[in-house]
Amino acid sequence: MTASDQERYAPGKHPSLPPPVRTSGPIGWIRENLLSSPGNVLLTILSVAILLYIVPAFLQWALFEATWRGVTREPCTTPDGVDLEGACWTMVNARFEQFMYGFYPEGQRWRVDLAFLLQFGSFFALLIERVPGKKWTAIFLFLIYPIIGYALFHGGIFGLPVVETRLWGGLMLTLIIATVSITVSVPLGILLALGRRSNLPVIRVLCITFIEFVRAVPLITVLFMSSVMLPLFLPVGVSFDKLLRALVGFSLFAAAYMAEVVRGGLQAMPRGQYEGAMALGLGYWKMMGLIILPQALRIVIPGMVNTFIGLFKDTSLVSIIGLFDLLNIVQAGTRDAQWRGLANEGYLFAAVIYFMFCFAMSRYSISLERKLHTGYKR
Amino acid sequence: MAIQTEAARRPSITPFWYDQRIRGVLFQVFVLGGLIAFIAFIIYNTTQNLQQRGIASGFGFLWSTSGFDISFSLISYKATDTYGRVLLVGILNTLFVSVLGVIGATVLGVIVGILRLSRNWLVARLATVYVEMLRNVPLLLQIVFWYFAVLASLPDVRQSSLLWGAFSLNQRGFYLPAPILEPGFSWVPVSLLVAIGLAFLIHRWAKRRQAETGLPFPTLRVNLAILILLPVATALLLGVPWTLEHPELAGFNYRGGTVLVPEFLALLFALVLYTASFIAEIVRAGILSVSHGQTEAALALGLRHNLVTRLVVMPQALRVIVPPLTSQYLNLTKNSSLAVAIAYPDLFAVFAGTTLNQTGQAIETIAITMLVYTTISLGISAFMNWYNRKIALVER
Repeated sequence: MTASDQERYAPGKHPSLPPPVRTSGPIGWIRENLLSSPGNVLLTILSVAILLYIVPAFLQWALFEATWRGVTREPCTTPDGVDLEGACWTMVNARFEQFMYGFYPEGQRWRVDLAFLLQFGSFFALLIERVPGKKWTAIFLFLIYPIIGYALFHGGIFGLPVVETRLWGGLMLTLIIATVSITVSVPLGILLALGRRSNLPVIRVLCITFIEFVRAVPLITVLFMSSVMLPLFLPVGVSFDKLLRALVGFSLFAAAYMAEVVRGGLQAMPRGQYEGAMALGLGYWKMMGLIILPQALRIVIPGMVNTFIGLFKDTSLVSIIGLFDLLNIVQAGTRDAQWRGLANEGYLFAAVIYFMFCFAMSRYSISLERKLHTGYKR
Repeated sequence: MAIQTEAARRPSITPFWYDQRIRGVLFQVFVLGGLIAFIAFIIYNTTQNLQQRGIASGFGFLWSTSGFDISFSLISYKATDTYGRVLLVGILNTLFVSVLGVIGATVLGVIVGILRLSRNWLVARLATVYVEMLRNVPLLLQIVFWYFAVLASLPDVRQSSLLWGAFSLNQRGFYLPAPILEPGFSWVPVSLLVAIGLAFLIHRWAKRRQAETGLPFPTLRVNLAILILLPVATALLLGVPWTLEHPELAGFNYRGGTVLVPEFLALLFALVLYTASFIAEIVRAGILSVSHGQTEAALALGLRHNLVTRLVVMPQALRVIVPPLTSQYLNLTKNSSLAVAIAYPDLFAVFAGTTLNQTGQAIETIAITMLVYTTISLGISAFMNWYNRKIALVER
């Protein structure tokens, strides 16, 4: 500041100078974040090269040069039958209903829509804090909805025609398997976790054996066991639905993982909580139900959501035991002679759907973690 | 409450089922009895079912001829070999893909995890996109994508060319030269073992000397030199006791060299990329868990940046990283069983798949498969727990 400046402006009256170009604004940002050192410049160039190599080509294929309209192969090919460069989304158009509902009879699909509408509607009502009536929503979702859901999906009650489970498929089947196994695994996992920390040696050993054994083997062996060995375990002549067998295996598998998550919460409870509850004269179940579990479960909700994400992805394994879940039905679609060579389109479509569900759940888990985070953060 | 005070006043007439210990014992007896009854019920049903279906039981089938071919095997295997050998081939194939997968996923995961923390905005975003994309799509989908979409679009064998006359990637797999060992080769691994022993001794000596005198020693550089130079020198002294057999195009296929089948490549790629996205998150969380105060204090003591990372940040971050890393290694090994979807002959595919179908002995095959996986899992856990204890915080 020169002397003349001091004369012209009273103290504190000097107008603000423009920010220095080199350390602020877009240029400053680029210098700071992309070009701060020679190594950084190199990394930036490399990243830009990778992006330029992948992104335009992908967008060209998937969006700009793709064929969107129609339900046959013809729009995707030149008149002599050679495939065009871009993606052929007409396959997804043609098979969209099948990818969603499997082989569910067309006239009955409103039942699936209604069931999922009820399920997700009440589920979101539970999640969003501002919606009132949590207690009644929960009672509806966990006690009444299973009956309604069964009636709608399977039929046979309330005059709805029966739709056999072998006709179920697509995203609907994926969601059913995920929902059922998650719903069963939480209470079962809590019981297993309590058993693992129990004072009774027999219970403890049984729970540890079950949890550790299931966690040590791959899910696919558990599914195989339930689909191949379960029929052998039942009395002669009694047979089980294929989907039900998969659900049994899946739920037991999920419960073992859930038990470990819940155990983490139980271990995080200070001893004082247990002692306080006992000093109040509460019995074991009252102590757990009223004092310990409400606090322990609150801590482990993010961990549970992460387990749910894993389970949701793992539902794709039922395709190996021959159920037509989303992945399997998309694969079946790409193997159709009419759509030969369109594997990329099918897999991308399935991947986007799986991604949407998992990503939404993981964002929810992160926001929960932030809300529950009580420690300090820098 | 009222009941309890009443019970306390008249302890003599308290019914025995209000005693917590007796209750516990009764409950356990009840559960155990129920379990035994349940198992007996299952065993009875199973024997009935097996009799009715005419399925043999017992493990005798392990010594009978399998009669099917396996596309990829680390040990010699023919269709006339026994089911026991099939099991061995499967175990080795599972271990092979798991070990390579663990190494690849760790390297890639650590790199991506560090890149996510990079101060370069673009690189950090790219790493985030990688992690989010791969981790939110089922592994099975990725495996079949690599196999049916990517590897299937590779050139046909006859249209493929040899890179540097030695490597070729085509629909039949990845062809590469095979070493043919000559007499005297066994000295090379021996020299490598000697080098490892020597490096270990130097490491211990340098550590003790630094603890006593404070004099540092360039252990890493010296050991790397020993580990590389000693085997190389041995090999050169012996006149390079191996020759490389290059693959050559002969008719419809390559002859010579070795081939990694496309099933293996697809499985390995998918396992590495998928698991790396989880490891990246673990590494990132581990590094972030080291508080700023530690870094600042180390810098204030005058340590340079690379020393701060090596001596202050990493040892503390590892404590957070290792336990979840262990479960990722276990997951990778277990996930290798998804090979069955693309017919890579791993343990599950050849044993719980083909062998089960041929013999019909579901209980025995699945039991053996589960037992092997349990053993592998326990082995990995034991090793990682040992490592974890080694790096754990020693509290006084």
